[in-house]
Amino acid sequence: MKSVVDDLRQVVDNIKLGGGEKARQRHLSKNKLLPRDRLDKLIDPGSPFLELSQLAGHKCYGKEEVPAAGIVTGIGRVSGTECVIVVNDPTVKGGTYYPLTVKKHLRAQEIAHQNQLPCIYLVDSGGANLPRQDEVFPDVGHFGRIFYNQANMSSDRIPQVAVVLGSCTAGGAYVPAMSDEVVMVKNQGTIFLGGPPLVKAATGEVVSAEELGGAEVHCSVSGVSDHMAMDDEHALHIARQIISNLNYKKEVQSVMQPPEKPAYPSDEIYGIVGTNLKKSYDVRQVIARIVDGSKFNEFKANYGKTLVTGFARLHGYPVGIIANNGILFSESALKATHFIELCCQRDIPLIFLQNITGFMVGKEYEAGGIAKNGAKMVTAVACAKVPKFTVIIGGSYGAGNYGMCGRAYSPRFLFTWPNTRISVMGGEQAANVLATVAADQRKRENKQWTEEEDKALKEPIIKKYEKEGHPYYSSARLWDDGVIDPSDTRTVLGLCLSSTYNTSPQKTKFGVFRM
Amino acid sequence: HLFIPIEVKRKKISKVLIANRGEIACRVIKTAKSMGIKTVAVYSSADQGSMHVEMADEAYYIGEAPSRDSYLRGDKILDIANYCGAQAIHPGYGFLSENADFAELCESQGIVFIGPPASAIRDMGLKSTSKQIMADAGVPIIEGYHGEDQADAKLKDEASRIGYPVMLKAVCGGGGKGMRIVMNEGEFDQALESARRESLKSFNDDKMIVEKYIEEPRHVEVQVFADQHGNAVYLSERDCSVQRRHQKIIEEAPAPGLSESIRHEIGAAAVRAAKAVNYVGAGTVEFIMDKHKKFFFMEMNTRLQVEHPVTELVTNTDLVEWQLQVASGKELPLLQGDIEPYGHAAEARIYAEDPNNNFLPGAGPLRHLKFPLNSDSVRIDTGVTQGDNVSVHYDPMIAKLIVWGEDRESALRKLVYSLNECHVVGLNTNLRFLTDLASHPEFIAGNVHTGFIQEHENSLFESTKSVLSCDQSALACLSLLLFEQKDGLLRDMFISQDLYSPWNSTSGLRFNTLYSKSVTLMDGESEMNFLVTYNRDGSYSIKLSDTLEMEVAGKIFDAEDDDTIFINAVVNGVKHTASVVRYNDCLHIFTADDSFKVQVPLPKFVTMQQDSAITGAGTVAPMTGAIIKVLVENGQKVEAGDVLMLIEAMKMEHKIVSPRSATVKTVLFQEGDSVEKDQSLIIFEESEDNE
Repeated sequence: MKSVVDDLRQVVDNIKLGGGEKARQRHLSKNKLLPRDRLDKLIDPGSPFLELSQLAGHKCYGKEEVPAAGIVTGIGRVSGTECVIVVNDPTVKGGTYYPLTVKKHLRAQEIAHQNQLPCIYLVDSGGANLPRQDEVFPDVGHFGRIFYNQANMSSDRIPQVAVVLGSCTAGGAYVPAMSDEVVMVKNQGTIFLGGPPLVKAATGEVVSAEELGGAEVHCSVSGVSDHMAMDDEHALHIARQIISNLNYKKEVQSVMQPPEKPAYPSDEIYGIVGTNLKKSYDVRQVIARIVDGSKFNEFKANYGKTLVTGFARLHGYPVGIIANNGILFSESALKATHFIELCCQRDIPLIFLQNITGFMVGKEYEAGGIAKNGAKMVTAVACAKVPKFTVIIGGSYGAGNYGMCGRAYSPRFLFTWPNTRISVMGGEQAANVLATVAADQRKRENKQWTEEEDKALKEPIIKKYEKEGHPYYSSARLWDDGVIDPSDTRTVLGLCLSSTYNTSPQKTKFGVFRM
Repeated sequence: HLFIPIEVKRKKISKVLIANRGEIACRVIKTAKSMGIKTVAVYSSADQGSMHVEMADEAYYIGEAPSRDSYLRGDKILDIANYCGAQAIHPGYGFLSENADFAELCESQGIVFIGPPASAIRDMGLKSTSKQIMADAGVPIIEGYHGEDQADAKLKDEASRIGYPVMLKAVCGGGGKGMRIVMNEGEFDQALESARRESLKSFNDDKMIVEKYIEEPRHVEVQVFADQHGNAVYLSERDCSVQRRHQKIIEEAPAPGLSESIRHEIGAAAVRAAKAVNYVGAGTVEFIMDKHKKFFFMEMNTRLQVEHPVTELVTNTDLVEWQLQVASGKELPLLQGDIEPYGHAAEARIYAEDPNNNFLPGAGPLRHLKFPLNSDSVRIDTGVTQGDNVSVHYDPMIAKLIVWGEDRESALRKLVYSLNECHVVGLNTNLRFLTDLASHPEFIAGNVHTGFIQEHENSLFESTKSVLSCDQSALACLSLLLFEQKDGLLRDMFISQDLYSPWNSTSGLRFNTLYSKSVTLMDGESEMNFLVTYNRDGSYSIKLSDTLEMEVAGKIFDAEDDDTIFINAVVNGVKHTASVVRYNDCLHIFTADDSFKVQVPLPKFVTMQQDSAITGAGTVAPMTGAIIKVLVENGQKVEAGDVLMLIEAMKMEHKIVSPRSATVKTVLFQEGDSVEKDQSLIIFEESEDNE
């Protein structure tokens, strides 16, 4: 496990550098701060930054490297208020929006919307990536959705603040224009629907970028911007003041207890879990290294034992934990359903620790109604309105992914450990299924199915599943909010939990449970 | 001279008025209170709420801040003494303490002036009179010739009489012009000729004075005490040689390097001097001592002196108590045979001043003020406390630190140690200079004389220019980080009800990577650029250059207020404790063995705005309008905020005010002209005093 964590750190440290030395130097030579330095100056000194999807775009565009998908997103505290921060990285392809850039931006907005966190956009982007316009422009989950979200969040009283530190051209101009408050850096930030080349082509008018859409114009003539800054640092300072004037109040509507460290150190998880997913262990060992004082009040400990449910505290917040301890049976599914109902009744957030190969199959189990019992669990998970958090800590296969609150079940946050695998089923099982189908077909045709053929069919499938099931592959595509070091799980969950308290508890209404 | 007591004036003193302020007023009040004597303070408008006012049983306002309107108003002070029923007035030092008229006035109104009789003050006040009296009493004085007879031969005779080496000085002289040192008779003629020539050229006069020349003179003084019954004693001598701007800095008792016989001799001479003027009370006889330990009478200070505590510590006495006893007509508590000085004491005067700028006196707030705890061997005499101001109206002394040791070496060691425990923030002090002085090898060797500071100028002012050590810079950087932490926690506590939120953490949490940031601090003029990496265990790796990387951990263990913290730190495995005070963009850091400060540079956007306000080239019209009045003309000096013009626009008058103090170079418009928005209205001269 230590080795995969080390690999993760190495990959992330590389991604942190953005678009390479040359692009960084060019950026710095213009007296601009690098995107991550902008971020650090925006958030409260020394305060945490929960970065989302660091691996977005990782090895997704063939030879093109798009580190972090050219955009840094995450949650940070600004003037004491947790905010979602979206920072374009102009050192990566000029900050243009690749399909995954859009996806990452939209995911950050979704988190902001779900958790009612003010949004700060540090804009320095060339807009849509023109060669990939068909993948970024017109669809529901494409570029236009960014502004749709801004409008709707603003209407839900979630502040939208834009700091224009570079260009905001064409569609990009709407990021500041749709914001509640805008800061622009003089002689640096520009906002226009059509840049000087387009203007010249369209009307023949020759105009400089600064004259066309600089801070001076927008702060004193057009009114597109509200505050003029002298440089990056000044702009970020103004942004911090804007947040301090939001009168944004957070109320924790839960019974809190002073937090306690787990009695067992978090990094012992390395030795307990390991990278061999077939090796089994008691998931309570993991829970003990995540929750306050390693104290876990288990619910229905002797029923449906392949699923562990119970109450605990995490950084002082009450949580309900649902963790796999083997394959899901009818009893385990019923137990989960019951437990989710309890948590929803009591406004207790749910944490899913996912390590699941799936629901039990076979004649006996189908007859026992595993499908309807599994459906009850899925219904409960889908309808639960308490904040849900999912951590994939091992395998995430098939319907187990759904029952354990996979991405499609809209947990507020979903993180993955670097030792995990995710796919519709295991590579070997998939290969076996396909081989059996092929062999059966041969049999029907009364032909021989040789061992060589069997191997030739299985091997690429196993390889494909191995590649696509890797956590970097899934995280690159934003199937999660990031791959995390298992020993950081407690802290990450604590930050997420705290962030969700910017919303008030919502009532849950369950759908029909098939009985 | 034979001392004949005329009449012993006995007076019961149950209430004393202290006609002074600051540390000496507090000092007197302390002893008076311990004797059960009620105390009355007087204060000026600058001293409302001062320590001496707080300490006294009663306090009366006597006037405006300038001394001539308050502490020098003897008439008012006497009125108050009469009004409140004080039987005695203690004048402290300075102000009215050596004012014979005031002493007389007190006497005439039946109030005891705690000091010598007016006649003694008068006798000692006039240089020529006092010298004559001393010479008559057999006290050695500096011989000299001030005669009208300016014949070369006469001057040479006088030189021989005085004894070589001698100094020739132009009567009209100054600044060293027309001054010659003559080591022996052989040099005399030539020296006189050249001195006369120079004097004539400079002052158009060639009259000369001949005086004994003292090589490497020392300032040695003797504390004397006399009562009304004819007793007079000396209480050890003091060395106050080390001076700047003719003011003492460090005083000690006994004077280093004197033999018992010289001690006795100088003490006896001092007692003779006191008796010669029928002295009563505390007095100090000042001598100049040459490098052969020969001493000559200089003057007598007819009061208790600033440096009296060193005498108290070596003789185990309370001289203020003696003063009060003697004033009430009692005999001296000890006679000469009972006085046996023991050990060594040293006093350092802590001043608000800038040693690097010719000891220019300072004033300002004592934002932070900490002293070592008083003990048997460490004493702090002060009249101020944290939050007070050092006023421009009075002496800028903040406190006196007095220490005692078995011998000189241990006393000086303790002095340096205790000086390090004196923490002052808010104004410049001489603390570092005092430390450097007290630990200077030549000073420790006892090689003191009045030119000590000039002689050792280079080595004494070196440390103020030195750059911070690695550990110090690490501590400075850490202090900044810890302040950031504290500020964050404080703010979060106010804003968020989310008490236990991990968002409150200030350890630079990042995931799958470590957080690094650059920090810039100014060490004087030089910039220190740190790269700080927040480690997972809460410690920091601080890189100051490519080669210098430090592992630093630390925490705040106590805080006095928002800007004063006490920290524990470990720098590369070495433990440190420090107090850190934040004041005016600077961090003042006090460690066990040093103190230093660093400046936290303001962001560029702040300094840019300040600069443009200060150096702005002129003013522009805020909007389109008509000029209805021009209030300045070319060449006129204006201050920031002065109204320069009135513009009418949209039926409203707008004032054009000066953004800074400047000289108007050109007024570009006349009354009645109309101007466009942003048009220049007035151009200023380029300012020379941008700072």
